[in-house]
Amino acid sequence: MIRLVLRYLKGPARAFAIAAPFMMLIEVFMDLQQPTFMARIIDVGVANRDLRYVLSTGLVMILMAVAGFVGGALCSLFAARAAVSAGGEIREGLFRKIQSLSCADVDGFRTSSLVTRCTNDVMQVQGMVMMLLRGMVRTPLLLVGSVVMAFLLSPSLSTVFLLALPFVLGCMALVMWKSASLFSGAQASLDRVNTIMRENLLGIRVVKAFSLEGLQEGRFGSSNQELTEANIRAQDVTFLLMPAVMLAMNACIVAVLWFGGGMVKAGSLEIGKIMAFINYLVQITNSTIMAANLVINLSRAIASSTRINEVLDRAPSLPAPASRAAPASLPALASQAAPTAQSAVPPAFDIEFRNVTFAYAGAREAALCDISFRLGEGGSLGIIGATGSGKTSLASLLPRLYDASSGQVLVGGMDVRDWDLPALRRTVAFVTQESLLFSGTVESNLRYGREDAGPADFESALADAQALGFVNALPEGVGAPVEQRGHNFSGGQKQRLSIARALLHDARILVLDDSTSAVDLGTEARLRAALAVRERGRTVVVIAQRVSALMGCDRILVLDFGRMSALGTHGELLRSSAIYRSIVASQLGEEAVAHA
Amino acid sequence: MPEAQRPSFGGRPVGDPHAHYFREKARLSDPRGTTRRIASYLGRRKPALVLVFLCALAATIVAILGTRLNGYTLDRFIKTGDQAGLLVICLVLLCMYALGALATYAQNRVMVRVAQRSSADLRRDLFASMQRLPLSYFDRHSSGDLMSRLTNNVDNINLMLAQGVVQLFAGAVTIVGMLVAMLLLSPLLTLIGVALVPLMVLGPRYLARKTQPSFAAQQRELGNLNGFIEEAISGQKTLALYGQERKAAEDFAAINARYVKSSGRAQGLSGIMGPINNSVNNLTYMVISVCGALFVIKGTGMTVGVVFSFLLYMRGFTRPINDILTLWSSVQSALAGAERVFEVMDTRPEADAPEARELDWTAGDIAIDDVVFAYEPGKPVLRGMSIHAEPGMTVAIVGPTGAGKTTIMNLLPRFYDFESGSISIDGEDIRGLTAGSLRARISIVLQDPFLFSASVRENIRYGRLSASDAEIEDAARKARAHEFIMQLPEGYETVLSDNGGNLSQGQRQLLSIARAIVADSSILVLDEATSSVDTRTEVLIQAALLELMKGKTCFVIAHRLSTIRKADRIVVIDSGTVVESGTHDSLMAAGGFYAGLYNSQFASGMPL
Repeated sequence: MIRLVLRYLKGPARAFAIAAPFMMLIEVFMDLQQPTFMARIIDVGVANRDLRYVLSTGLVMILMAVAGFVGGALCSLFAARAAVSAGGEIREGLFRKIQSLSCADVDGFRTSSLVTRCTNDVMQVQGMVMMLLRGMVRTPLLLVGSVVMAFLLSPSLSTVFLLALPFVLGCMALVMWKSASLFSGAQASLDRVNTIMRENLLGIRVVKAFSLEGLQEGRFGSSNQELTEANIRAQDVTFLLMPAVMLAMNACIVAVLWFGGGMVKAGSLEIGKIMAFINYLVQITNSTIMAANLVINLSRAIASSTRINEVLDRAPSLPAPASRAAPASLPALASQAAPTAQSAVPPAFDIEFRNVTFAYAGAREAALCDISFRLGEGGSLGIIGATGSGKTSLASLLPRLYDASSGQVLVGGMDVRDWDLPALRRTVAFVTQESLLFSGTVESNLRYGREDAGPADFESALADAQALGFVNALPEGVGAPVEQRGHNFSGGQKQRLSIARALLHDARILVLDDSTSAVDLGTEARLRAALAVRERGRTVVVIAQRVSALMGCDRILVLDFGRMSALGTHGELLRSSAIYRSIVASQLGEEAVAHA
Repeated sequence: MPEAQRPSFGGRPVGDPHAHYFREKARLSDPRGTTRRIASYLGRRKPALVLVFLCALAATIVAILGTRLNGYTLDRFIKTGDQAGLLVICLVLLCMYALGALATYAQNRVMVRVAQRSSADLRRDLFASMQRLPLSYFDRHSSGDLMSRLTNNVDNINLMLAQGVVQLFAGAVTIVGMLVAMLLLSPLLTLIGVALVPLMVLGPRYLARKTQPSFAAQQRELGNLNGFIEEAISGQKTLALYGQERKAAEDFAAINARYVKSSGRAQGLSGIMGPINNSVNNLTYMVISVCGALFVIKGTGMTVGVVFSFLLYMRGFTRPINDILTLWSSVQSALAGAERVFEVMDTRPEADAPEARELDWTAGDIAIDDVVFAYEPGKPVLRGMSIHAEPGMTVAIVGPTGAGKTTIMNLLPRFYDFESGSISIDGEDIRGLTAGSLRARISIVLQDPFLFSASVRENIRYGRLSASDAEIEDAARKARAHEFIMQLPEGYETVLSDNGGNLSQGQRQLLSIARAIVADSSILVLDEATSSVDTRTEVLIQAALLELMKGKTCFVIAHRLSTIRKADRIVVIDSGTVVESGTHDSLMAAGGFYAGLYNSQFASGMPL
């Protein structure tokens, strides 16, 4: 955990973090003088009946208290600044890291766990940093300081707690070891509870539709129970520590009374010193308890920091290639660092799959098996097939959302793995099946496609995507608010906005994954017409369920259980592929087959 | 920081894209009411609390006696050199301390159970109340913010209950006990000591009042932060595709910075509490020492031992006061959090009409009569919609996007309440029926299927909890989902993740159809369900659904003309009203809107 914090303690925060303990030194030093001065009041002032001495000592103690306050307050302020800053930096670093993870990695971690790590776990670590900065100096210093002062007062009495110390340390170690695993168990239970809550939130419509409220409450109830028990178990262990420490310390006090009494009788010790000694013992006890608390909370924070490090240390499975190459003719890259030189002839933006096989992590069967085809630049390819036949998987390989298990995917004649990833994603615009909009405005969403787009660009893209009508009908136009996930728009509207966004991206290769499923046929036809004009000369891949969307493509690929079943034009397929014929028949009627 | 206003397309200024995260204002607090409410959760476990009280009492008595005996020992045994007496008193002290340790241990163990179980109750109540909230609430609040309330805020409360209450309890007992002991020892010194207490309390109280708004602000910013993180991480793929990672990171940095600022302020201010306490303590000891010494010198009968004991009492007296005061910051957090939690719980839930009837069987006659509805006041989506479906009829609803088709589906199960008009089932207004029983009679397949992180079998069972395994498999077969389920790693027992993320869109649709089949109700509503499934499979499902639809009333929103063609009645909607209605043949013959739609399917030869 220390490594994590040190890495993210930057700039002024670092100075604050260093300054805080020093401020604490002042406060602790002042605190340590207290018992000694009090002893002096008794031994010197009272013994000699010296009023003035008593009063002047009192004055000194006031000054020390004030100085201690200044030190302590500054320490707190500095510690807060440092801790909060470190927390913010860790959160940001974690967020950036999550952004850079590949789809496979994100699947592995699960969304809700990532969200918990970004929020809850970071807060644990932050809280710990603050506690450490404040207590890390105070507690050991008070502890050591008190021990030293006590030793100075009377070495022989000090041997008493030298015996107790190993016992106390042993207890602390045991508790820390046991509670660490219990606390991470509790965090895992918290994850599960949060998953159910999140699911319930997102799926509330389904819950209401099927009257699942009772069931959900039941599911929640059992994991809630589990969490409670896990928390109790973890805290139970920590409860052994406090009483044990207190008992040890109190026994020490009794021993001091016994031995000290003997020494006073023998005349080798003054009574005032016993008082001071016991005072120091109380200080030591208090500090030990504080240290114990710190230790317990530390285990909690360590569990959290482990979870954070797990994400930060994950080697990205889609690393930027060493060569960082991209075809030299790519216009948007003009300002980038010089890539390795390509041939003088600009490559075409064609797509080629060579014996590509792909399986999702942990799947029993491959989603794609031995796919090979080539689509020249400016050509259009339609992909059709049954559910689960691998259409989306195939398209996901193009922008490298996933990597093929074997075989090669080539764009512009170069393996996608050799492409500079940002450049690849600028070249391939991918409209996903599930159109996802972000909260903000219509304009902010469109800008994801192109940041420097102007009003004319928006108008053109929206018009072609058949979205201009409803956007103009909104009172704020492009400035209309978009709720989380685009909830305030209908399915068809979301899809059209997604398409407009992709059009703004102005990529050389456009992939549409079933992106007009919620759009009515009339609108879809107009969309197709508009895209035909706009995308002329660009490579287009269309995945659809409706043959009507694919009929005009140069070629159509029929997938069946991850394998290529047929490839050809609409007419060729009607003649050669039984599967294709049956699809056309079911959708467009027998007459469409006959009139091939 | 929010972007500066920019002129936009359409000439209207563009506001801050994240403005809606910052919508909430700082809350006015009702700390007393909130505290009482939280306390009521603890109050459910009175016997345990009594036990805790007794243990705390025992531990405190031990502490007080021990402290007094220390001083007494000095005066009585050490000064006089009575070794035998010293031995006895030391043994007594040891026994006492052992008992005290035991009492503390027992107290803590019981208290933590009380606290954690009370937190669990709170969490459960919150969840239950969330279930009863109307859909409009979820539309208005970001799920990230709600999640923040459910998790972070409840955690704060939990922390306070688990650790804070014990300290408060034990502390209160200790304070009273020590005060009594001090009075018995020396009323004079007690007077001086107590006179200094207000100093100890006033400073921190003033500080607490100052920091309360900072804590509320901190919580608010946390909600915003959570909302953003939630959205960005779930929308990861889309962000990656558009190379927007960097921009998202920048936006995040802005929101993060706001949180850091508000959090820093809150934590910093509350951190000064400790040093204040400490210095006041030191001053107090100093004053007592000086006064005590003065009294001893003046010879008023005060002894050194008394002063010593008194000082130890003072430590025992001020320590819990300090603890309670330092607890204040976590109490602040917890109260601010509790307010946000109770806000959700106090929202008016969906309610049935007082005389609502349970619907147990219906023939399935649905009459939608002149319904007017708007999600947001002033923006009507349905403007006088009328549709009638006889029992067993399949009605296909067609129209351009945004015409109001999905809205009709939302109104049938009373997800929302409409302004005027009526919807009746078998002639009975649905507003007179209980929502639960109404929804049990309607099966819904949504446009965007939602699946839970449970096994495939369980997900299908959610359609009807009383379904047997055989019925589930039968439904899966009818929905043509059985084949792909068997190909999953664990077949029906495969656990789905994150809204069925490990399945394709089509597969998710099939599962949600299987779920609707199992539900076996008399009214079926399909919202574009079949459009993500390839038509080869759809034909088979259509056949199965036709079987199922026998004797059932079915509303279909689909874009596939092959689906619509087979419907008993086609209703064409535009801008919230019915434009055309009839069978496929009659509408084609009429040559209107529907005919135009159908013909456009054959628009040919344009590559995309």
